Amino acid sequence: MSFEEIKTMIVNKFGEEIIVGEETTGLQPALLVDPNRIVDVCLELKNNPQTYFDFLSCLSGVDYGTEENRFGVVYHLASIPYQTRLTLKISKENSRDENDLPSFPSISSVYQAADWHEREAYEMTGIYFDGHPDLRRLLLPDDWEGFPLRKDYTTVDKYYKGIKID
Amino acid sequence: MNITNSKYEEALARYTKKIADAATEEMVLNMGPQHPSTHGVLRLELITDGEIVKEVIPHIGYLHRCFEKHAESLSYQQTIPFTDRMDYLASMNNSHVWVMGVEKMLGIDKDIPKRVEYIRVLVCELNRIASHLIAIGTYGIDIGAFTPFLWCFRDREHIMGMLEWASGSRMLYNYIWVGGLFYDLPVGFEERCREFVNYFRPKLDELNGLLTNNQIFIQRTANVGVLPLDVAINYGCSGPMLRGSGLKWDLRRIDGYSAYPEIDFEIPVGKGEMGTLGDCWDRYKVRIDEIEQSLRIIEQCLDRLQKELKRTPDFDPRALMPKKLTPKPQDYYIRGEGAKGELGFYFIHQKNKEYDKEGKERFLDTEIPYRVKSRGPSFCNLSVLPAISKGVMIADLIAIIGSIDFVLGEVDR
Repeated sequence: MSFEEIKTMIVNKFGEEIIVGEETTGLQPALLVDPNRIVDVCLELKNNPQTYFDFLSCLSGVDYGTEENRFGVVYHLASIPYQTRLTLKISKENSRDENDLPSFPSISSVYQAADWHEREAYEMTGIYFDGHPDLRRLLLPDDWEGFPLRKDYTTVDKYYKGIKID
Repeated sequence: MNITNSKYEEALARYTKKIADAATEEMVLNMGPQHPSTHGVLRLELITDGEIVKEVIPHIGYLHRCFEKHAESLSYQQTIPFTDRMDYLASMNNSHVWVMGVEKMLGIDKDIPKRVEYIRVLVCELNRIASHLIAIGTYGIDIGAFTPFLWCFRDREHIMGMLEWASGSRMLYNYIWVGGLFYDLPVGFEERCREFVNYFRPKLDELNGLLTNNQIFIQRTANVGVLPLDVAINYGCSGPMLRGSGLKWDLRRIDGYSAYPEIDFEIPVGKGEMGTLGDCWDRYKVRIDEIEQSLRIIEQCLDRLQKELKRTPDFDPRALMPKKLTPKPQDYYIRGEGAKGELGFYFIHQKNKEYDKEGKERFLDTEIPYRVKSRGPSFCNLSVLPAISKGVMIADLIAIIGSIDFVLGEVDR
């Protein structure tokens, strides 16, 4: 199925408002999806016999910059039977307040591969994944402060547990 | 409690409680981070009931070197040595995928000279053999066979020597550059490489006799750690892990990048010869068969490199290298078949926004990516471990870990 056909299929199934937009200028077209419905979309794409996007290649948490104040998650799906690929994007505005982290639904119930990817995205960009079974930190120490891949991240103190940082 | 981390704290509390509860009835056993059979700094927390493993909780991140953060402050060319350090056993494959992605974004991927493409494939396949030799050798050691390890390292040493000759470094090459190569192959490399292939073929048979068909080895690995195909796909496993479960999925064939479409090779898959489909032995056998296929690829590359793509005095592998690596604003996900599976890089490239003296904003080209996400194959392959090691014996867990063949440098990045 081509990109346009997939888009039409999703619109027919879930209604117009589920597709927020699309990016077709680049080398890989991407669908912008309503963040609250991403689980439904993924489940449909995975189980529909016409698409079978059964392989989650990559999941990236993205901070779109301090001026836009927007956070997003990018999903790269691949279909093994049809050998096709698809990019889905969801994003949300957020105030960057540490007490109000952006929150997206977790797709780890659809793709188990998302489990670790979402944990990584949480600790690196500070994005919550609602419904994730075990949202602990993955790569960083448990007491790490701040979210390193945010664009406004700075190392505040010169010391980490008494060790001087140059 | 801090509101910020409430969900994180909840998850942490659940985990702490699980460990605390386990301490009364079952036993909590720490394996690693300095355990020889975890192949690096991986810590596994095992909840055990006697010899039976009830649950495995992997803890990773001991080798985290902030690859993605570094990539956000370095230009595309400067990041190539960092990609080498991800899967340090197959550095060529890493930089190849990175470079392909950048070339694709620059739009010069079709202009790369054939000789450069064939050299890239040649060194990548040499590196793949080296990586698989380590996987096989250390797997033997995990199971208790010492000799295969020494034999594998002896043969790997020839490859290391050759790649050092070409690039100047033994493991972290920085050889494949955007738009070309660091240098052309040294004079006499092709002949030396062919000698190696001829030397190595019989050695592979010896290895098969020593380990692959060894009854003790089969007893330890067949029917152990069975990974069903649907679980493998759902967890995002790739490479020999996925092919061991019986699926013909090789990105060299699927995406047909670089010179691979012109080369004839088979994709070995697990067949469940010694036990169940997708067990440890199948994964091991896929690697052995892949070495054979890599040798075939190398021979075909050498044939072409010595005939129609022969070295010429005026050949400059850096001729196409752009002076400035400034792609258009876009995002792009490149994937390629690394030694361990699907290696992917997701680039987001934007223009730099700056303000001039009057406060007017302007957009400038930049050589630095806005965001890079790397998808290491070992990362996803390792995440399936808790799912396939419920209820196995501790000794079998070692066999399962070895058969996954992860490199911690790539898991943690």
